Amino acid sequence: MRAAIAGDEPAYQKLLASLAPVVRSACRAGFARYGAPANDVEDVVQETLLAIHLKRHTWQQSEPLTPWVLAIARNKLIDHLRRGGRAVKVPIDDVIETLEAETEEQPIDSQEMSVMLDALPDRQQRIVRMITLEGRAIKEVAGEMEMKEGAVRVALHRSLKAMAQVYRSKLS
Amino acid sequence: MKTEDLIKAISADAELNQPSLRLSFVAALVAGLAVSIAFFQMELGVRENAWESLGTLRFPFKFVLTLSLAIPALAAAYRLARPEAKLGNLGWLMLTAPVLMFGAIALELSAIPVAEWWDKLTGQTAWSCVTSIPAMAVAPLIAMVAVLRYGAVTRPRLASLAAGLATAGLSATLYASHCPNDSPLFIATWYSIATAIVVLFSLLVAPRLLRW
Repeated sequence: MRAAIAGDEPAYQKLLASLAPVVRSACRAGFARYGAPANDVEDVVQETLLAIHLKRHTWQQSEPLTPWVLAIARNKLIDHLRRGGRAVKVPIDDVIETLEAETEEQPIDSQEMSVMLDALPDRQQRIVRMITLEGRAIKEVAGEMEMKEGAVRVALHRSLKAMAQVYRSKLS
Repeated sequence: MKTEDLIKAISADAELNQPSLRLSFVAALVAGLAVSIAFFQMELGVRENAWESLGTLRFPFKFVLTLSLAIPALAAAYRLARPEAKLGNLGWLMLTAPVLMFGAIALELSAIPVAEWWDKLTGQTAWSCVTSIPAMAVAPLIAMVAVLRYGAVTRPRLASLAAGLATAGLSATLYASHCPNDSPLFIATWYSIATAIVVLFSLLVAPRLLRW
């Protein structure tokens, strides 16, 4: 995470890839506990990863990373369950803290993010698609779209923020 | 969308960096207070006998009291800006102000004759007190909520409470240097009402703004 905060992309990608299963099993445990269908676990995983990214400045570098990650996951999980009309009263702490590395099932795709992506303005949509689905680098995207690299970065950042925003607006 | 694809997009955004929470918190506090101090200078000003009053008991005690509210509440608000926040001992520290206040009321009641209690309580400037303290808390409260939004609050009501208490405490500290009434009876009544107004407002408005 420290390297990621310093802007090291490969390190960041590796970190997020290793956090995803942890978040996923925490969410599964939470879903199971509240009897929610597990189909949208991956939505919460992606929301959490996005929140980790957009709120990474709230992690104190002197503190361990896991409690911070799980606190974000818990918050996203509760929001998600509430959105589904479930009364969430029991603290989820114990579930999340006792989780163990589960056998990894193949995660299904998230529907929510795709819907969100479609709602973005065309240009942002193209940029996000090129980077995610086609796995292109910022440089290539910039070349193809005849934009400056910095502009692509800004557009990408705005897109991620907009995608996170959708969840918030769904709440109110 | 696959999670691994999303991770690609997120990690590609690693470079745009954000200012630290601590720095943002300090900046917000300074900006909010600057507005309040400017308002204070224009509209109220430090009272004339402030310097001599420092030698008394009651005048300096006002600052002890308001700061004992503001400082722990500020610390709590800062802590609650992070998702995994735990208040720990700060919860207890936030009781300092009420404990001090009740102690001071008891001392005051034993120090002055019963006939003067009512006059001390009503003072001369109650209205100015209950309007000025909330007015000067507005800018710091906006700044505080803004920086909490920049953070990641997982306990929005508690954070709103802390923000309300902190900004009311800061505003009351400013106002105390203008206010001609030093009796703990006056402070306990009117400063508390003013603080309650700020806290109520914060609790009504802020929690929904702190969702993320």
